[in-house]
Amino acid sequence: MSNLDIWTYAIVGTTFALYIGIAIWARASTTGEFYVAGKGVHPVANGMATAADWMSAASFISMAGMIAFEGYGASVFLMGWTGGYVLLALLLAPYLRKFGKFTVPEFIGDRYYSKAARIVAVICLILASITYVIGQMKGIGVAFSRFLETSYDLGLYIGMGIVAVYAVLGGMKGITYTQIAQYVVLILAYTIPAIFISLILTGNPVPQIGLGGHYAPSDGAMTLLGKLDQVVTELGFKQYTTQVMGSYLNMFAYTLSLMIGTAGLPHVIIRFFTVPKVSDARYSAGWALVFIAILYTTAPAVGAMARMNFTDTLMKQKETATEQSGLAGFEPQPYDSLPAWFKNWQTTGLLAWEDKNHDGLVQYYDDTNPETAAQAEPLGWKGNEMVKVDNDIMVLANPEIARLPAWVIALVVAGGLAAALSTAAGLLLAISSAISHDLLKGVFMPGISEKAELNAGRVSMIFAILVAGYLGLHPPGFAAGTVAIAFGLAASSIFPVLMMGIFMKKMNRAGAIAGMLSGITVTLLYVFQHKGIFFIPGTEFLMPQWGMGENWFFGISPNAFGAVGALVNFIAAFIVRAVTAAPPEHIQHLVEDVRVPRGAGEAVGH
Amino acid sequence: MTPENRAAYWKANVRLLVILLFIWFVVSYGFGIILVEPLNSIMLGGYPLGFWFAQQGSIYVFLVLIFVYASSMNRLDKKYDVHE
Repeated sequence: MSNLDIWTYAIVGTTFALYIGIAIWARASTTGEFYVAGKGVHPVANGMATAADWMSAASFISMAGMIAFEGYGASVFLMGWTGGYVLLALLLAPYLRKFGKFTVPEFIGDRYYSKAARIVAVICLILASITYVIGQMKGIGVAFSRFLETSYDLGLYIGMGIVAVYAVLGGMKGITYTQIAQYVVLILAYTIPAIFISLILTGNPVPQIGLGGHYAPSDGAMTLLGKLDQVVTELGFKQYTTQVMGSYLNMFAYTLSLMIGTAGLPHVIIRFFTVPKVSDARYSAGWALVFIAILYTTAPAVGAMARMNFTDTLMKQKETATEQSGLAGFEPQPYDSLPAWFKNWQTTGLLAWEDKNHDGLVQYYDDTNPETAAQAEPLGWKGNEMVKVDNDIMVLANPEIARLPAWVIALVVAGGLAAALSTAAGLLLAISSAISHDLLKGVFMPGISEKAELNAGRVSMIFAILVAGYLGLHPPGFAAGTVAIAFGLAASSIFPVLMMGIFMKKMNRAGAIAGMLSGITVTLLYVFQHKGIFFIPGTEFLMPQWGMGENWFFGISPNAFGAVGALVNFIAAFIVRAVTAAPPEHIQHLVEDVRVPRGAGEAVGH
Repeated sequence: MTPENRAAYWKANVRLLVILLFIWFVVSYGFGIILVEPLNSIMLGGYPLGFWFAQQGSIYVFLVLIFVYASSMNRLDKKYDVHE
């Protein structure tokens, strides 16, 4: 075993022993503890757990890689996945806490005096959560198999087993305390390498300031971002700080979709049911964002610095290069002299090099840019030889690229696993409570005892783990689109009805059901049209002859379409409400009551 | 609590929300997307300003907004005597 393997086993093993220990220590014995941790969680602790719950493998592993290669365009993820907390804190969290129930569908069912509304909400919730959890299971499987050197399948089984132990035993109480430990692990794993790299590149240990600092190797003659812009544009790529994702309108819709998706994802919303008071729910959203922002404001620095280091490792800029020298100002490096990480990642297939002109040197530039391609001709370059650079490797490879010590690299692995596990557990809890509490107790078996309900919750959680694990073993084409649809579904179904339920006293049952169904349907149709029905390849039904080509709706991509779905939801609800009967008197009183903090007692399920 | 009092509390709450959400919109969609090009001609240290709002500034403002909301609402709760 190499030095790195030993560190990886030691750090991953220790953190896992810690999570399981905490889950056993904080075992849940009542439904209250199982669903909402007995409402006894301090807002700061709750905020930290929410942050771990929220930041998944997508935030930890993927996001900085997307920023590295999309530059400014990837700002949609940064703003979208943080700005949603403002909506949560201002529009939903305190009122839902005052309402004092266990689950989101329970609120919808009571507010809209309708079991049908509750069932529709359960379906939306399960669809959104399970698509999201499959992505996490896959992340867990990949991380385990890559670093414990097992097959992907075995890695996934190990991951499923560990999730099952602490999520099923502990319920929300166990999950909350485990997630606090996971937050600490993942934030250390994210920031420590960033601090090292920022120090090396800019001389400033704070990555958020370093990113706006001077590029140290240039002796302060250039800013880091200025240098990066210059290097990438000379290699023919788009300018880092200004490259747009699609169009500005697409970025607008994308950001909006992620924001309202954040505020509509049930596993995040239920976190605000676990605090003792309404005022705590308001602060708790703020604390959650504090802990999330530590990672999210570091990510742009990680992305930019990773891009800088990656490019510089492959294409060294000559001392004599001037601003006009273009490609000729770079010196491609011999493949044989490249560091070990390059070859390690090559074996995963996520990084691929092809020696097109057989000179043993690695030429990395954008050959789709005609101006750059013209400059490459006289140099004897036959095209970009980095035929595959997967965004998702950047965070994991970053410490290796920067030549940081083995323990830092091992810590990053543990952090990625913590992020994936904590989110998977939170989502599983949301799914299990939707089934046992909303469907069984709420609709089909109202007389069920607390003990039986608790066991049903555990059984449905195990069932959800098996389903997600199975789909993770044989992913039906699920990939980046999975996360997008989870957000799109939450944005287009749950958020609008929750908001109208609080802010519009007169919104009625028919309006809410029409809104949820039309919002989710429109979003599903647009996504399926681009990515296939239930993502099955070959079932896409784009119709260019009818003016429905790629991104046909004002250039908005399917990933950003949740914003449009939400708008449809609002409009449909308004129209239907206008032609149907107003909600009964006691419901209007209920809404008035929810708007006032006083009297928020223990949550009661029914 | 009288119905008038209740209505006044809610009105004050909604007014606060509108102000805070206006700022929320301006720093992210406004400065980070719609006005990003003109703002990029201004530098904040090594950051073009529009880029900074999109990748750093908007997040800091979001944080401030939530804490301002939470503490203003606590004051409002006490003023209208609806606190817990």
